[in-house]
Amino acid sequence: MKKLKLVMIGNGMAGVRTLEELIKLSPELYDITVFGAEPHPNYNRILLSPVLAGEQTFDDILLNDHSWYADNNIKLLLGRKVTQINRRQRLVTADDGSTAEYDRLLIATGSTPFMLPIPGNSLEGVIGYRDIADTQVMMDTAKTHSHAVVIGGGLLGLEAAHGLKLRGMDVTVVHIGETLLERQLDSTAGKLLQKSLEERGLKFMLPKQTAELLDNGQGRVCAVKFTGGDIIAADLVVMAAGIRPNTRLAEASGIACNRGILVNDTLQTFDPRVYAIGECANHRGTAYGLVAPLFEQAKVCANHLAQLGYSRYQGSVTSTKLKVTGIDLFSAGEFIGGEGTETITLSDPIGGIYKKLVIRDDVLVGACLYGDTADGGWYFRQIREQHNISQTRDHLMFGENAIEAVGPQGQDQTANMPGNAQVWSDNSVYQYKIGTAIQAAGLEHNHELR
Amino acid sequence: MSCAENTRVTASTCCYCGVGCGVLIEHSNDRIIAVSGDPAHPANHGKLCSKGATLHLTGDIDARGLYPQLRLDKSQAPTGCDWNSALDHAARVFAQTIKDHGPDSVAFYISGQLLTEDYYAFNKLARALVGTNNIDSNSRLCMSSAVVGYKRSLGADAPPCSYQDVELSDCILIAGSNMAYAHPVLFRRLEEAKARRPQMKVIVVDPRRTDTCDIADLHLAILPGTDVALFHGILHILIDQGWLDHDFIAQHTDGFDALKARVQDFNPVSVATICGISQAQLQACAQMIGQAPSFLSLWCMGLNQSTAGTAKNSALINLHLATGQIGKAGAGPFSLTGQPNAMGGRETGSLANLLPGHREAGNSEHRNEVAGYWGVEALPETPGLSAIELFEQVRSGKVKALWIACTNPAQSLPDQTRVHQALASCPFVVVQEAFFTTETCAYADLLLPASSWGEKDGCVTNSERRVSHVRSAIAAPAEAKADWQIACEFARKLETLIRPGLPSLFNFTRPEQLFDEYKALTQGRDLDLSGLSYAILDQHGPQQWPFPKGAQQGTARLYQDHVFATANGRAQFQAETYCAPLEETNGRYSLVLNTGRLRDHWHGMSRTGTAARLFGHVEEAVLSLHSDELRRRKLNDGELIKVRSRRGSLIVPVQADDDIRPGQAYLPMHWGDRFLKGLGTNVLTQPGYDQQSKQPELKHAVIDIDKVELPWTFFALVEGDIQKRFSQLRPLFEHFAYASFTLTGSEHPALQIRAANPAAPDGELLASIDRLLSIDSAMVLAYDDPKRAIGKRVRLDSGRIIALRLAGETSAQDWLKSMWREAQTDDQLRRWLLAPLSAAARQGSSAGNKTLCNCMSVSQQTICDAIGQGMDLNQLKQNLGCGTSCGSCVPEIKRLLQAQLTVC
Repeated sequence: MKKLKLVMIGNGMAGVRTLEELIKLSPELYDITVFGAEPHPNYNRILLSPVLAGEQTFDDILLNDHSWYADNNIKLLLGRKVTQINRRQRLVTADDGSTAEYDRLLIATGSTPFMLPIPGNSLEGVIGYRDIADTQVMMDTAKTHSHAVVIGGGLLGLEAAHGLKLRGMDVTVVHIGETLLERQLDSTAGKLLQKSLEERGLKFMLPKQTAELLDNGQGRVCAVKFTGGDIIAADLVVMAAGIRPNTRLAEASGIACNRGILVNDTLQTFDPRVYAIGECANHRGTAYGLVAPLFEQAKVCANHLAQLGYSRYQGSVTSTKLKVTGIDLFSAGEFIGGEGTETITLSDPIGGIYKKLVIRDDVLVGACLYGDTADGGWYFRQIREQHNISQTRDHLMFGENAIEAVGPQGQDQTANMPGNAQVWSDNSVYQYKIGTAIQAAGLEHNHELR
Repeated sequence: MSCAENTRVTASTCCYCGVGCGVLIEHSNDRIIAVSGDPAHPANHGKLCSKGATLHLTGDIDARGLYPQLRLDKSQAPTGCDWNSALDHAARVFAQTIKDHGPDSVAFYISGQLLTEDYYAFNKLARALVGTNNIDSNSRLCMSSAVVGYKRSLGADAPPCSYQDVELSDCILIAGSNMAYAHPVLFRRLEEAKARRPQMKVIVVDPRRTDTCDIADLHLAILPGTDVALFHGILHILIDQGWLDHDFIAQHTDGFDALKARVQDFNPVSVATICGISQAQLQACAQMIGQAPSFLSLWCMGLNQSTAGTAKNSALINLHLATGQIGKAGAGPFSLTGQPNAMGGRETGSLANLLPGHREAGNSEHRNEVAGYWGVEALPETPGLSAIELFEQVRSGKVKALWIACTNPAQSLPDQTRVHQALASCPFVVVQEAFFTTETCAYADLLLPASSWGEKDGCVTNSERRVSHVRSAIAAPAEAKADWQIACEFARKLETLIRPGLPSLFNFTRPEQLFDEYKALTQGRDLDLSGLSYAILDQHGPQQWPFPKGAQQGTARLYQDHVFATANGRAQFQAETYCAPLEETNGRYSLVLNTGRLRDHWHGMSRTGTAARLFGHVEEAVLSLHSDELRRRKLNDGELIKVRSRRGSLIVPVQADDDIRPGQAYLPMHWGDRFLKGLGTNVLTQPGYDQQSKQPELKHAVIDIDKVELPWTFFALVEGDIQKRFSQLRPLFEHFAYASFTLTGSEHPALQIRAANPAAPDGELLASIDRLLSIDSAMVLAYDDPKRAIGKRVRLDSGRIIALRLAGETSAQDWLKSMWREAQTDDQLRRWLLAPLSAAARQGSSAGNKTLCNCMSVSQQTICDAIGQGMDLNQLKQNLGCGTSCGSCVPEIKRLLQAQLTVC
């Protein structure tokens, strides 16, 4: 039987994961062609920060090497950017003129950094932070220049700043908000984080709005000017002020987009042959920037591509983690709280620990952890599984261990809690367990949408 | 060390109970460093109890009064002023009040803790200068029944025995006294005597099974207040059996026939029923007394604090007269005094009805003698007001200016609601006090700082009539002055206003001058101590009166010649009938409340309440009930209940205590409003008093208890500035249904607060509390669940907990407290500090955590563990050190050994 033709635009984590899932389900159904704009096979974008920080190398973060594509009979077209989708002809065309026909099309074009529309934003030394190339620019610049300014105090910006600092640059983070990581942390945790990063030598200017990037006269950035008029030196400006889903291609082909390519619960656009997944897709109003939901999408999408169709994607509760060694933070769900919610907080300034749990109708709906994220995975599970916590509420803050000790009905069985060696060893096992769980979940940057 | 070079030792006396132990105070110029028993003092031969041995740890300077404080308007807080204007103001107000309303519109309420010289100055001030008999002392609450008892039966207020008689006796009856707690050093002497002579019989009469019962051959747990019936019943058997000294009765007594007729009705069957004991016990008791070669009785508040206090005293003395057991070694009725110088007060006439030298205010001859000696025209005739009457008249407005010295009526008097009303309504209240933290100080318009133990010079008389010279070791702090000095300075100012132009009656510059003037008033009286002087006391040590001029030594035993101090020289039998206590249980009040002492506290705790270590044995106010009562009422150990009497109510935890009979309840007397919200223990007790002694029935009130629902709980503990924080925090807890303050710890003393309420207080109040606990800063571990009104705070310093506050959920309080006491926290442990862990607490019940041996800081748990390893008493002493110092804990350790670990 003649195979169906599947074309995938984009060679990133979400798309390739979909292929992996699909091959597991139905290895013979499709002839697969993949267009990748970058000259690299699929790598783990999440781990660019450890590469920048010098903790890993590019080789370390490679996920699928060339032989994987070959072994699975996937035609891989690297360094080629698709420029057109002809849905009538079911044909895509790349910038080098190469084409591919499809029976099913999977758009996984991801997102691009949002470059602030200010004078000087195209000067040399002004970059986003998205891929291996950007990372390489930063690493190279750090060798030759000293002043770096990172615009944006989100996860990505802080990781970039941290990496540049480790590479010897003098780094200032400029952030428009009152506190760092506003999407991930409440203001208390945000301030703790700032203090901790300041102790590591990072400088912060917030709230601060950038007005202009100044030219050194040779086409390279030399300073950042703010709306108040003050100026700081900058040899490198990293824009980490959010991302934009790459929808231009889909839009041009007539596929409905609104802050992402609109998809249904099987990740299909209004054209049922065309699927979209990952950071470029908008599902029920949300474009996810974290890898865990994208992998959930991949599973559903693959299931549908495999002509099974029994699986649906209904959105994800997300959690985040900052990959700055020695700084543990975690947030999930509705951690800010708000109407109809109740919060429980714990703060341990000695240990630099802050935790906040958000509860609605006796169900844990959000968590924000700073300094001690050992229970993050467990809280994440509680949030997703929507357990009623009324019986265990007073113990909830103290994590899985405390709840186990209390028992499901809240009866106290803490007879040998602290001070007992066995508990501590259990606890360390548990922490290890959670640590691996988080890695397995592969939490990724929250590429904010604006 | 420079400090050691300057160290000196001053011999003085202990300021607590009436045993009157000698202490050696080790001190520098301005600081008391240590205290030990004075081996040369005949009362204690070097021993001290847990309270005496910790005297140097008490007296926190932050609790002391340092400067006079005055307020001109009751709505304002007093502010500092100088002595001169303070006393000028007081003199003006007193003079004006006397002028406008007569001398009986002012009153003095003084204390059994004053020195003889202080008493004398106040007496002269009230009676000679002001011209009123309105001077009464807190001895009214403790000894006045004994005073009347002695006087009626023997003719004079003179305990006839010596402590040595306690050691020499063949049979000792201890009635209404837990002397193991209240007079520990004398109890140690008795214990040792009994150990040497096991054939010695000890009978304890007490509704409760106290530590004193540990050496008892017979414990009669009579129903409260039935003592007269018991004593009459014993006499009935003595008569039946012929165990009487007929010759003694015939030659040295009057009134036996009437008494015999009276006790006829008190046959063993009815007495056993009235008293709630078996006939066999009654019989055994009578036999021990009747057949003893020598018989001595000791008693205290169980007899005195009663509407039948006088009758109880007399009925007990009757037994001695009927058996001739008085005036010989090892025999006699021996009343124990509760205060260090209650005796001195009685001697100097410091009860409204007395005059100096064991004289009567109602006796015109006596008045004339004293007036003549003082050089005033006359002494007032109008009877003075006794304590209860006095405060009633303050409340009614008849007494308009009240001078209180060295006592704390807003804690110690019965029916506190009325006492507080009285103090609040009195136009002018002067409080002369060493500790400005007492409940009474809050009502003072003028607060005068007095010197205290270790700072005072003068004399005291102990229970065995022994006069000791109290010597000052250090100067009083800041501007505090001696009590006699304050009285005299005030008197001199008042003189110029109400007795102008006449020579001063108060030209005293040294206490010795007061003593010398006073002692002449005893000349020829039963207590004649005119032969004593500071010089003799310093040279020959403490002496027992009578010590007339020319005497070479004091008098160890009275009435050896069987000539009594009565008009005809014969002792008088008193044939009073048995009257039940004023209040009887009924459907609405089904329990009898008894109050009494704890081992390590004294009176209203103004002094003991400053030493955290003294709270180790019992931490806070708890109502004890028999476990059957708890079961019947479906209450758990430790549960908060509301206890109510006809006069007021209190919220306290209950505790099962099978040393108390069902139907009865026990609450220590020490807890006042400062420590226990709701005016303290005496909000429940009743002001009904003995018609002759005017002593109130503090030890018998009917009460009942109700369950309370106080789901919102609070626990806090904070180190440092204890007294300051205590004074600032306590008022904030008026808003809570239950609030109990205490001190805890030894090396790192801390203030501890427990509270409960139906619902959470408002956040602003909690924030104020946090500020005072110093846990409002950023560097504090915090847990908050506002929806559930739960908030917890822990403050650490270098890994040690130094403050904590749990609100809304307090299950970890005992565990955290043990962490505070013992542990350095680390990162792992810190993770759990705010968790609701109660298990650790449950493992070692709170009883297990209490400090049994205070001298050596050994907990009950440690002792139980050691007993579990098979140690006996001697091994425990050797290995743990417990019970080797003051010995107060030995009875409890013995009980633990006997109980074979059932409580451990």
